[in-house]
Amino acid sequence: MDTAIPLSHYLALGAVVFTIGIFGVFLNRKNVIIILMSIELILLAVNINFVAFSAYLGDIAGQVFTMFILTVAAGEAAIGLAILVVYFRNRGNIQVDEINMMRG
Amino acid sequence: MNAVQLLLFYILALVCTASAVMVIASRNPVHSVLYLILAFFNAAGLFVLIGAEFLAMVLVVVYVGAVAVLFLFVVMMLDINFVEMREGFLQYLPVGALVGIILLVELMLVGGSWALADRTEVAAAPATVVMVEPAAPVAVPPEGGETAVVARRVRAEEVTNTQMLGAVLYTEYFYLFQAAGAILLVAIVGAITLTLRERPATKRQDIGRQVRRRPFESVELRKVKPRAGI
Repeated sequence: MDTAIPLSHYLALGAVVFTIGIFGVFLNRKNVIIILMSIELILLAVNINFVAFSAYLGDIAGQVFTMFILTVAAGEAAIGLAILVVYFRNRGNIQVDEINMMRG
Repeated sequence: MNAVQLLLFYILALVCTASAVMVIASRNPVHSVLYLILAFFNAAGLFVLIGAEFLAMVLVVVYVGAVAVLFLFVVMMLDINFVEMREGFLQYLPVGALVGIILLVELMLVGGSWALADRTEVAAAPATVVMVEPAAPVAVPPEGGETAVVARRVRAEEVTNTQMLGAVLYTEYFYLFQAAGAILLVAIVGAITLTLRERPATKRQDIGRQVRRRPFESVELRKVKPRAGI
């Protein structure tokens, strides 16, 4: 790949998006839906890094791995939202700080 | 051309970062999902820019088409007072900012050290696409049949991204591919099992009972006298 964009640009973007995702988990401690979206952002940042390295090192394996990450992320979102729906049905709210039924 | 690419990268990266910020900062979760979709679209644009077209399309189809719509569906289905949930937003801001900044600095240091490291070997290597050869080469007919043509086309320089991905995904990473399918199956079964609700009032078909049923226990023949009724 002889593109004009240096690899460090992609790495910086990945780092920034990853940090925003972590920040979102901390910031929205009450809202599970936003936390799940933050996890999606984190996985997107990882994918950006994988694809960037794959393109610059000339190895397709990184893109194959990205596909598997996409698969796992889709499954995780489906299961997470299903758990959320069931929890809402039982409790009537989805506040994270009130989830202490198991006294963990 | 290069300047155009660089400009496009900056635009896409900027919009991607800004929409990622809006995902975690917006008041309405519906807006958050829409910003998430925007972030994914921009990431797909970045993938196209770097030459991973197939992954860009997969990102749009899977994320925008499935995952984001699923999020939107759940957000709209749950009847939640989201304003209440914003409480404590500022309370967690300092610790979140601290962790975020530390993480960002660390990531930048790692990236910087990687960029500054001596990579003469990598730089010296020709920047061509490395194709992983299948472990057991396909039985190629000596005359150069169709399989040989396909194999040669895969190794050629002008091969598309999708062809490259398929060439390794179904050979080198076949077991992982199957495992991904199994993960999706488990996710489907798990999601349905979790959310399936058995209401006592619903009428369901009981095939066993249906099959067990005999004519003599369900049909009764009576001799009815004329003008008498039963």
